[in-house]
Amino acid sequence: MHESPASSAPARVLKPETLAQAPAIIAQYPQKRSATMPLLHLVQEDRGYITQEDMTWVAEQVGVTPMQVLEVVTFYPMYRQSPIGRRHVRVCRTLSCALRGSYALMENLEQSLNCKRGETSPDGDFTLEFVECIADCGCGPVVHVDAAMHENVKPEDAGQFAAQLKATLKDPSYGQNPPVPGTPEWNG
Amino acid sequence: MPAVERPLIYANLRQPGYTVDIDCYLRHGGYEALKKAVALKPEDVCKEVEVSGLRGRGGAGFPTGMKWKFLDRKSGKPIYLVVNADESEPGTYKDRQIIYQDPHQMLEGIAITAWAIQAKQAFIYIRGEFVHGAKILERAIAEAKAKGFLGQNILGSGYSCEVIIHRGGGCYVCGEETGLIESLEGKRGYPRIKPPYFPAVLGLYNCPTIVNNAETMAQVKHVIAFGGAEFAKIGIPGDSGTHIWCVSGLVKRPGLYEIEAGKATFGELLHDLCGGPLDGRKIKAIIPGGSSTKILKIGERFKGKLANGTEFDWAVEDIPLDSNSIAACGTGLGTGGTIVLDDSVEMIQALSNLNAFYAHETCGQCTPCREGSLWLSRVTKRITTGGGLETDVPLLLDIANQVAGRTICAHGEAVAWPVQSAVPKFKDEYLESIRKRQQGEAVPPLKLI
Repeated sequence: MHESPASSAPARVLKPETLAQAPAIIAQYPQKRSATMPLLHLVQEDRGYITQEDMTWVAEQVGVTPMQVLEVVTFYPMYRQSPIGRRHVRVCRTLSCALRGSYALMENLEQSLNCKRGETSPDGDFTLEFVECIADCGCGPVVHVDAAMHENVKPEDAGQFAAQLKATLKDPSYGQNPPVPGTPEWNG
Repeated sequence: MPAVERPLIYANLRQPGYTVDIDCYLRHGGYEALKKAVALKPEDVCKEVEVSGLRGRGGAGFPTGMKWKFLDRKSGKPIYLVVNADESEPGTYKDRQIIYQDPHQMLEGIAITAWAIQAKQAFIYIRGEFVHGAKILERAIAEAKAKGFLGQNILGSGYSCEVIIHRGGGCYVCGEETGLIESLEGKRGYPRIKPPYFPAVLGLYNCPTIVNNAETMAQVKHVIAFGGAEFAKIGIPGDSGTHIWCVSGLVKRPGLYEIEAGKATFGELLHDLCGGPLDGRKIKAIIPGGSSTKILKIGERFKGKLANGTEFDWAVEDIPLDSNSIAACGTGLGTGGTIVLDDSVEMIQALSNLNAFYAHETCGQCTPCREGSLWLSRVTKRITTGGGLETDVPLLLDIANQVAGRTICAHGEAVAWPVQSAVPKFKDEYLESIRKRQQGEAVPPLKLI
């Protein structure tokens, strides 16, 4: 674990409303340990990533050791142990999207977002990543940004798309609204 | 006659103005099949599904009714139903549409299945990335419970079943049913060894468990609505119902096409429905049923005899779209995720792209798969970056041959099959790619790795 104990400042304690949701989540399951993944999602949605203290907290809630929670965190690609940018931009890399130009799109987005793949932009606005197939293969290339899905993002439109994403930084409701079929970001 | 679609699963969601709320579903005849089911004995519902000939839609195509028969009903332990909505086979995006646009159709199938197998607890394991999809389903479950279609005392029958939505963490191997069960137990998604861990006997929490694909649940609703014998008339003997073809890659109109099993061919799907190749291009190969199924090269011919005695001699375009015909050509219908590659594609890059996928997704439990997938990925990457040798081509086959059949789960086959099928068919092109790079010649501009 790369969180040192010194980093557990009080400001990083989870929100009370996050903590309050835990009992109901655990109670749904026949066995408590099954709540490990939903609790980790809950924590990550609260603060953006998962710390050592969070894992200890989850372990206490579900009755396992912190190591058993760490095993889960390190297995699933969606869980993160370090902070990311304000928008998490995930470009699908797998064959269907690649055939439609996702590698060229990635190169163009690296320029437009001033950010290399696998890294966060210097201003902290964007984390740009390649991800494996996200099950929207007929509309490639697809880009999953936070909870919003953008389909048919052509490599030549990367500049315009990046500008659109920059504009969302001022929109707190981005990706939060229920998806409406037919809109460009409906599927998330 | 040109190929036509027969929307069954997508019939409602394709109608303009169709919404995800329960009132809309009820206006379209929703939950009538559930009413029919709970008026029957559970074993009679199982019988209908068996008679229907429905095969699972998760990729393996196992008969659903037979799967339910394996259930250990005598152990006295609770029975669980787990719905696999962890759609992650590259090229496949059919379940997403059901979840996002017609969630009640799937829930009705779940309620019917739960009644049939007498499960009091059902789980929907949904892809972690389907954030809104999980919310849509949660709302739909609450609506269904309020109307008495799920939860306590379903339709006054005295029977109860709760449904939990469980979000995954972006891991391909959790689509494998025992890996999914481990994940649902709050662990790493390491697939379990069979025997003894056949889910129908030792599944979730070591209790008897049925794991069915999301689309299979939607199909079950139609089995009951039609009645098993009537449903069996849709499609062909041995493969009933419709298949949703998820076409992606290089055709004019990639998309979802729902076709009665066996009632069209690949040629009709790709040329009539999908509009054929992009202008000025030619289709070179297709991966028929999701990235793990074996590749078909345009121009090859398939000769043999089907199980029913019919002799066939087909080009790729002639292959009928049903599981038995496709299997007879040495590949599989899988999840219906057809990926189309044309003459602009450098085949070694396409293989390298898939090898990178499988290397990323191996869970690491079994040495042949963990090491083999990484080595395959490194060898093809080496070729595409200019360091390839002619001996790399037989090396790929050698590695793949040591993975398939030597692992706990089918990820080993998924790693090996793309290589084992593509190398013999595209060997000369691979050697040409190696030579071009050695001699500094230009390579195709479409970058896939």
